[in-house]
Amino acid sequence: MDEALLRSLTPSVLTILVRRGADFAAAEDAVQDALVEAVRVWPDDPPRDPKGWLITAAWRKFLDAVRADTARRRREERVDEEPAPGPAPTADDTLQLYFLCAHPSLSPSSAVALTLRAVGGLTTRQIARAYLVPEATMAQRISRAKRTVSAVRFDRPGDVATVLRVLYLVFNEGYSGEVDLAAEAIRLTRQLAAGIDHPEAAGLLALMLLHHARRAARTTPDGALVPLAEQDRGRWDTASIAEGIGILQAALARDRLGEFQAQAAIAALHADAPSTEETDWAQIVEWYDELARLTGSPVVRLNRAVAVGEAEGPRAGLAALAALDDSFPSLAGSSNRDPLPRRTAVAAYLHERNGDLATAARLYAEAARKAPNLAERDHLTRQAARLNGRR
Amino acid sequence: MAKYLLLKHYRGAPAANNDVPMDQWTPEEISAHIQYMRDFADRLEKTGEFVDGQALAPEGTWVRYDGEGRPPVTDGPFAETKDLIAGWMIIDVDTYERAVELAGELSAAPGAGGKPIHEWLELRPFLAAPPTITE
Repeated sequence: MDEALLRSLTPSVLTILVRRGADFAAAEDAVQDALVEAVRVWPDDPPRDPKGWLITAAWRKFLDAVRADTARRRREERVDEEPAPGPAPTADDTLQLYFLCAHPSLSPSSAVALTLRAVGGLTTRQIARAYLVPEATMAQRISRAKRTVSAVRFDRPGDVATVLRVLYLVFNEGYSGEVDLAAEAIRLTRQLAAGIDHPEAAGLLALMLLHHARRAARTTPDGALVPLAEQDRGRWDTASIAEGIGILQAALARDRLGEFQAQAAIAALHADAPSTEETDWAQIVEWYDELARLTGSPVVRLNRAVAVGEAEGPRAGLAALAALDDSFPSLAGSSNRDPLPRRTAVAAYLHERNGDLATAARLYAEAARKAPNLAERDHLTRQAARLNGRR
Repeated sequence: MAKYLLLKHYRGAPAANNDVPMDQWTPEEISAHIQYMRDFADRLEKTGEFVDGQALAPEGTWVRYDGEGRPPVTDGPFAETKDLIAGWMIIDVDTYERAVELAGELSAAPGAGGKPIHEWLELRPFLAAPPTITE
């Protein structure tokens, strides 16, 4: 039983049902039923045309459901007539589904759930496990999302930027349990980038590949964080890096820069360097300038301060950090609801490199208290402890 | 089987015997502490007594309703006397004695100097209906 094949066929079968007049929620149920039957029947009796088989089975399931509902008997007459077989469009179908699942009327978490279900073909249970919520909660989230988009007309493409953002959200979740969301996001982005002519889709794919290539080196076997400078570069996935760089170069050559391409360019410069010292920090600073221009994001300017610290020394980095504080007055002196929880960790790092170990230790401990997750908290506490022991 | 909540406090619990802030430990002591906690949870998973556990951020906010059409009232987050929960673990054990035994074991996690912290953990039983006898 080829689960990957089933998953890749799901979106276009779903789209065809919707095209034939099924509403989204009913079509989705019918496709799920057809998949269950495929899992049961195919091992003994593999179909010659899997997609055709699924479309026929799903359409029958849909008709069965409509027929079974006596209150809908009148509608049955309208739909109980299969349309004449015509040319079956392929890639285009899936793209429409991407846009529907990333519809602006959905909240980000709903859009993510619906995309994984409808485009990715994951089961509700798999999605719930990946996001560590009860299955019933995820089922509600998905059915709410389906209701929201059922009123949406399925006729024109939506906003590519929204679709890309949703895929990036999936990637960043990255929880590796039964379903590896990072790998799933790469699979879906690859499909999307193949279907639309958009440099930012390629940029996002390149970015994901470049990040993912470093994954094995990013944590120790017991889950502790390993900073970039200390990572064993021999464990980076060079094939992924080469592919990411190739995709990025083709995208950049189109001369329509966007934030994902710029982020991918930074990731590529890191991936290309044999060590932290030999990294082209000056060029990374330039890319951060581009990114800051494109996004205006304080997080980008925080990362830029780190790059400046590497390119021009810790004093220059601290100056860049101070300039950041000036432009975001709420940052100065605020230890609570910090919009940039990593700012303190960056300041600690730059003070350490500048030789001020006492300040660095104090700031590392403060950053640990604000850390967004346990792995980072432990890492920062260790940094503070390391300096406290050395002084 | 009965479920118990083990609560670890940032503030509000009596001081531990070995009460040294974690950033004053050595990195090796921190590693040993984390390993102890992980081994503890692993062991309870194997005995079927582990349910769930999470660490919480230090900053919490008190919130209450403030009347129709008004936003909720919030307090804090830095009121000094407040009890602060650092994290929790839920265990599912046969007896109260077993729950106390496990809480004691968790409290013995190594800290500064590799010596047990002796921190106070709060042990709270879940409310549950008494078992129904059907036979």
